[in-house]
Amino acid sequence: MKTARTQKLSRAFLVNSILALIVLLWMIPVIGLFVSSFRQRFDIQTTPWWYIFPHRDWVATKTIDPRQAGLDANGPMTVEGVTATFEEMRAGVEVGNTRLIWIGNRRIGNIQIQKKQWTTTANLSLDNYRQILLQKDVVIKHADGTLETVRSDDFISALLNSLTVSVPATVIPILIAAFAAYGFAWMNFRGKRFWFTLVVALLVVPLQIALVPVLRDFAGLHINGTFLGIWLAHTGFGLPLATYLLYNYISSLPRETLESAFIDGASHFDVFRQLVLPLSVPALASFAIFQFLWVWNDYLVALVILGPDPNTRIVTVNLANIVGDRGQDWHLLTAGAFMSMIIPLIVFFLLQRYFVRGLLAGSVKG
Amino acid sequence: MATPQQVLKRGPKAVNKVSAWFLRFGLTILIMVIAFFFLYQGFLFLRAGNAPKWVMALAAIVWGVGGIAILYYIFNALVELLSVTWTRRLQPFVFVGPAIAMLLWFLALPTLRTFYLSLFGRNGPPSLPLTLLFTAPREYLTALSTQFVGLGNYIAVFTDRLMLGALRNNILFWIGIATPLTVIAGLLIAVLADRSKFERAAKSLIFMPMAISFVGASVIWNFIYEVNPPGTPQIGLLNAIVVALGGQSHGWTNYVDIAPWNNLFLVIIVVWLQAGYAMVLFSAAIKGIPEEIMEAARVDGASEIQIFFNIMVPQIQGTIIAVTTTIIIFTLKIFDVVWVMTGGQFGTDVIATQFYRQSFINRNSGFGSAIAIVLLVAVIPVMVYNLRQMKEQETFR
Repeated sequence: MKTARTQKLSRAFLVNSILALIVLLWMIPVIGLFVSSFRQRFDIQTTPWWYIFPHRDWVATKTIDPRQAGLDANGPMTVEGVTATFEEMRAGVEVGNTRLIWIGNRRIGNIQIQKKQWTTTANLSLDNYRQILLQKDVVIKHADGTLETVRSDDFISALLNSLTVSVPATVIPILIAAFAAYGFAWMNFRGKRFWFTLVVALLVVPLQIALVPVLRDFAGLHINGTFLGIWLAHTGFGLPLATYLLYNYISSLPRETLESAFIDGASHFDVFRQLVLPLSVPALASFAIFQFLWVWNDYLVALVILGPDPNTRIVTVNLANIVGDRGQDWHLLTAGAFMSMIIPLIVFFLLQRYFVRGLLAGSVKG
Repeated sequence: MATPQQVLKRGPKAVNKVSAWFLRFGLTILIMVIAFFFLYQGFLFLRAGNAPKWVMALAAIVWGVGGIAILYYIFNALVELLSVTWTRRLQPFVFVGPAIAMLLWFLALPTLRTFYLSLFGRNGPPSLPLTLLFTAPREYLTALSTQFVGLGNYIAVFTDRLMLGALRNNILFWIGIATPLTVIAGLLIAVLADRSKFERAAKSLIFMPMAISFVGASVIWNFIYEVNPPGTPQIGLLNAIVVALGGQSHGWTNYVDIAPWNNLFLVIIVVWLQAGYAMVLFSAAIKGIPEEIMEAARVDGASEIQIFFNIMVPQIQGTIIAVTTTIIIFTLKIFDVVWVMTGGQFGTDVIATQFYRQSFINRNSGFGSAIAIVLLVAVIPVMVYNLRQMKEQETFR
């Protein structure tokens, strides 16, 4: 009979193993990408990424030159006690644990004798990263010693562009929203209720709706395709959420603290700068992470406002371009995808606490 | 602080105060002019954009962030120079004004303008100067009416073959399948993690896809769905499994023979991306359930499954509704994943990809605008419900 203790242990074991299975399932796509980004172009295209782990595969043990061995490819040939025609050998002849396979064409090809054994194809390098990152042509040395020159995809530029877009597009809406949240929470003015209702109401507007009119305004102002344009757009689209979240936080700050500051003769500006901003750091951080990840990962707004111009192209647009133009170039796509993920992942893991807090507060983007 | 008039009445001693006031006023204006000059120069420099990349990036960040801070500072200083009454009247607008102006420019007015555009044909209303409405109203209206189609675009939204496919996908696959799958996955993981010693690590890893862009996720999953010619090793995980089990390899997202069920392969991506979000909210809610209730049920001999359905689910019902509505809103607006994976081809179109295609590729602004308005109308009731739920939760404070 089971004791309560073993029952508890077995249940914990069950829970942990199901959880581990789910986590593994969730991680496999990313692991595959990560591993592949270090593999050679040819390896990625011909063998699965899990071949870097030991697996059973045909490995060449001996190569026979049929001309030296006096074999005629036009008739049946006998090699190592196996007789087969060229066509059969081309497809591979399996006898037990051995396989004969013709590599190359009929006239100058060779016969390989392969054995099935445990093997790995771990030929990892940073070549893919060099190719997408460096801003000049890259010379890649192949396994057979030949050199190839390839054009770089200039991800460094794209990363800089992404930073240039993301940092102001995060800080500017926070600043504007913090002022507004303070105004709504601690100041009295005509029409306060109306304007605040408008802020909340605008939470529902999908940004798709604003793209065409905003694009027309930008064309009129000649800021289409500029960083200024995209900062303004992200600021506008992010403001309802930012104001709403910060209002919830700032309006719940202790009244006595602020009032004693006013009695000491502090102005609203002083109170905001010296008291409210420092006290609101958790809320500011929550929104900052949320907005930063959102802007960094955004594709639609960047596509519409910045367009495909290489000078202003951000990482998501750069990556999507490679998907579109060269969808089979997995050596570039895997490395590129990983480069596009690295900064958000760092931000995410360092500041996860604040991000979760923001989500719990209802961070839904309109 | 007193106004100049009040000060003048108080005699000669006040004259110094007046001149001091004017000095400060002048100084503020001067600072403002200088600031504007530098901001404008910065704008021209950035718009020209011919300096090295990192210089531009740094200049852009300093200009954007610093510029905004300086503007607030100057306007506040100006307002604080006024009399107490006027400061009190105007200062709130220094604080909330910029936010309201941005909201009006980027969201409120565009909504109205998009609605207006949606009533016209593919080229939109003719671009006539608005003054014509007053000088020659008849000509203005005649010119408008040539492009006016009334609700024609809206009829097209609900009759066009491609649009119908997009609406079906949004409703059937995205709201009908992706949303419940995400909620169930999130709930399952949250419940399991809550009983595990490795809660933090497991939650972190499941949550991680939230930090990945949809484009990045599309690359990751394209790699899983990759298909190689039959006979060669499959480098895509899914096809490798299918072939190992004796099946045939396919390009899954563009497998039109099973359309519209190929949408499921896009749905999986979104479940993978969003389950972490659901999990985090559920996890917080589960921790909020009083331990006594659970213990009492256990003492009474309830099984874990009974506890889950009869105690946990009712206790966190509010969160379940909030999460479900949030994900419905998200799936209604889904764009990036579909656009990068299939471009909306092979029967995978959704409302937002149709919007993009009509607005920016077919250049049919009337039709595109009508789609955007339909999207807005679809989102409103869900969002209102969602905000109400979120407000009831009050988890932030």
